[in-house]
Amino acid sequence: MTVLETESISIAFGGVRALDCVSFKATAGTVFSIIGPNGAGKTTLFNVISGLSVPDDGRVWLDGEDVTALAPERLARRGLSRTFQNLQIFSHLTTVENVMVGRHRHERTGLVADLLHFPAVSRQNRVTRDAALKALARVGLVPMAQRPAGSLAYGDLKRLEIARALATEPKVLLLDEPAAGCNPTETKNIETMIRGIAADGITVVLVEHDMRLVMNISDRIHVLANGHTLAEGDAAEIRANPAVIEAYLGASGAALEPASACG
Amino acid sequence: MLTLTDRFRLLQRHRLIPLIPLAAIILVLPLLFPSAYYYRIAALVFIFSIAALGLNLLMGFAGQVSLGHAGFMGVGAYAVAIGPTRLGIAPLVAFVLGAIFSALLAFVVGRPILRLKGHYLAVATLGFGVLLTIIFTNEAKWTGGPDGMPVQQITFINWTLRRVSTWYWILAVSFLLSAVIALNLIDSPTGRALRAIHDSERAARVLGIDVAQKKLAVFVISAVYASVAGSFFALINGYVTPDVSGFLRSIELVAMVVLGGMGSIVGSFVGSAVLVVLPQGLTIFHEYEHAILGLTLMAVMIFLRRGIVPSLAAVLGGTQK
Repeated sequence: MTVLETESISIAFGGVRALDCVSFKATAGTVFSIIGPNGAGKTTLFNVISGLSVPDDGRVWLDGEDVTALAPERLARRGLSRTFQNLQIFSHLTTVENVMVGRHRHERTGLVADLLHFPAVSRQNRVTRDAALKALARVGLVPMAQRPAGSLAYGDLKRLEIARALATEPKVLLLDEPAAGCNPTETKNIETMIRGIAADGITVVLVEHDMRLVMNISDRIHVLANGHTLAEGDAAEIRANPAVIEAYLGASGAALEPASACG
Repeated sequence: MLTLTDRFRLLQRHRLIPLIPLAAIILVLPLLFPSAYYYRIAALVFIFSIAALGLNLLMGFAGQVSLGHAGFMGVGAYAVAIGPTRLGIAPLVAFVLGAIFSALLAFVVGRPILRLKGHYLAVATLGFGVLLTIIFTNEAKWTGGPDGMPVQQITFINWTLRRVSTWYWILAVSFLLSAVIALNLIDSPTGRALRAIHDSERAARVLGIDVAQKKLAVFVISAVYASVAGSFFALINGYVTPDVSGFLRSIELVAMVVLGGMGSIVGSFVGSAVLVVLPQGLTIFHEYEHAILGLTLMAVMIFLRRGIVPSLAAVLGGTQK
């Protein structure tokens, strides 16, 4: 079943076509990777899907509903969350509080209750904290729970972002280069983590430069180059695709023709 | 999955613990006061602490600046002046109406203004404060113009609230209640959302937080704090002039928050205490008074750069953040 679909997404920044007619479908509980050389438009595509950028043209569908240009907070409430390539940690909060913020859409107390600290707020705080600790346990960060998030190591912060996004209980999780800057052991951990997330029925959409990781865990791979779709297929197909090899090895730039044009 | 020790380690200290030393100070201080003058200074400290607390929620927790917050003090002050004198409303009713009006004003003004960030927000709020001061100065028919107007005292049947020691206790309790509400907010879903917005609006949004709505909520709350402080200020002075909402007063509120420590509830009290008491103490230096005040503020910010309370807490706790 298709959970997330983009249909002919196009966006230009100051005359430069950052994305040109990009379409894909991601199936529930699978890992769908988007790869491509630097500047291919991967992060832009993520920003469009998560509502941070509004496309000039095209549609985004979440669970069969048109969610194009919906604000990120509304998308989050419909079950789409993401992490950021350049970490967006709440550094003044503790590790567990960071994840507690991820529970926001499940919290039910109102402003007046919060100001007067009704008993419901204590209960809510407890429920939120327990859920946050579960998410932390999943990425192995429980020992760091009370530390200020700003004091965590880089690899831990990467995992913290994933825990925080997971705490929202998304249907679709966008991971923007989760393994960037991680050593082989950390990358292996992230691989295991992503497999576990997909096994729970969450659709993982992954942007990643680590080809070994991508080839290992992706059910489907979508290749972008210069804002165009170059190819899509499973790991074996992508590995064997001459256009993809060209794009990555850069034998001749002339080969970077789009695989399909907008109809 | 989580062991008992894990849970124990995660138990937080109770959110109201910071108020214990404050309550102790409030109880002990009157024993040391030789004259009514000291009660008055302490009363002013409480009043400005309330305003600084509200501004701290906006600045220290949600990370949004306001250089026009004294404008809301002015609304509260003129509410208790104009209500009873010109409209025949009881002072306490005027007090509440002033707070409600401030909240509505903040709601209306906050919507467009809070879309701005950083310096742009600072200038917009500055303009708002200046605008209110101009209104208080020019609408002489209602406000008495630049010379201001008297404020009726609060009376119950045939007893008039006049003694400054009574005010001390009323204001001390009001300040503590304001602090309790602020601490409640911080340790709640809304408070976590506000602190998250401070660090990353993008991350807050993709986690489902309606950033515009939360910013507006805290702006309204901080306006009510300022309005309450302004009403008290007018009532204990028995007089109000447009200075109450002036630009210098707004800057003073920001200085109190930053000096005491952004994001520190106790800090707002300490910052207010320093900026109210220090000028009084420095009068013995006559013409050097302002120079010494300025130098002191500079020295504090250079050596305690995160504000008095957080910096000292870090030194005493042996933790460097």
